[in-house]
Amino acid sequence: MKLSRRQLLANTVSSIGLLGTSNVFATPDDLAAALKAIAGDGEITTGPLTLSLPEIAENGHSVPVSVSVDMDINEQNFVESVAIFAPENPNLTVLTFNFTAASGEAFAATRMRLARTQNVVAVAKLSDGSVISDTQFVSVTIGGCGA
Amino acid sequence: MIKIRTKVPDTAAAGDVITIKVLANHIMESGHRIDESGNLVPRKIINKFDCFLNDKVVFGCDLGTGVATNPFFEFRVKVEKSGVFKFVWIDDDGSISETEKFIDVV
Repeated sequence: MKLSRRQLLANTVSSIGLLGTSNVFATPDDLAAALKAIAGDGEITTGPLTLSLPEIAENGHSVPVSVSVDMDINEQNFVESVAIFAPENPNLTVLTFNFTAASGEAFAATRMRLARTQNVVAVAKLSDGSVISDTQFVSVTIGGCGA
Repeated sequence: MIKIRTKVPDTAAAGDVITIKVLANHIMESGHRIDESGNLVPRKIINKFDCFLNDKVVFGCDLGTGVATNPFFEFRVKVEKSGVFKFVWIDDDGSISETEKFIDVV
């Protein structure tokens, strides 16, 4: 069967629409709500938290990412958690690392999906209740669809 | 049972901060993908990872669908005495995969 140009175009458009239906992306409100859930009414400041990502991610299916909080860890003073948010992914929260006083060093690395070019946000909660964040812009060449 | 690889040093000095690397072979199906016949592929991911040292949690992670296929983690733990590391991965379907590694602290 030979497709006419018109049919081909119609098929292409409908299949794009089909793919689009499941990819409901997170909204800015979602990020604000997620940050409020972590910080409450407290202030989020910049601090010794570093979020490391490549500036250009060629393949959004697997992007190396690491977080570290540069502070001395002991029983009284440690990092409780670090959450990573990707506001342009279908699901905002990528993961949450749960550190303890036995972590020794608040560092963790993994690989994440990025659906498209965006600002990735990391938010750390410290044991004294303070909340710090860091943001990193990543250009994504091929999106990891369905992140 | 999923295939799991862990990398833990065999020995360490007391008070050392060691690096641990773990990798699980898992599809991490996000639940957003559509197969050839147009149906949504149901979500199936590992949603929780925990690392225990002598039955005490030292590091953990709550995973979302944004974690890449074959989840990999690198993290640090401070060791004071010899013991057993236990790594626990919990799947969406409820199955639990565990591995253990002994570390000799001198």
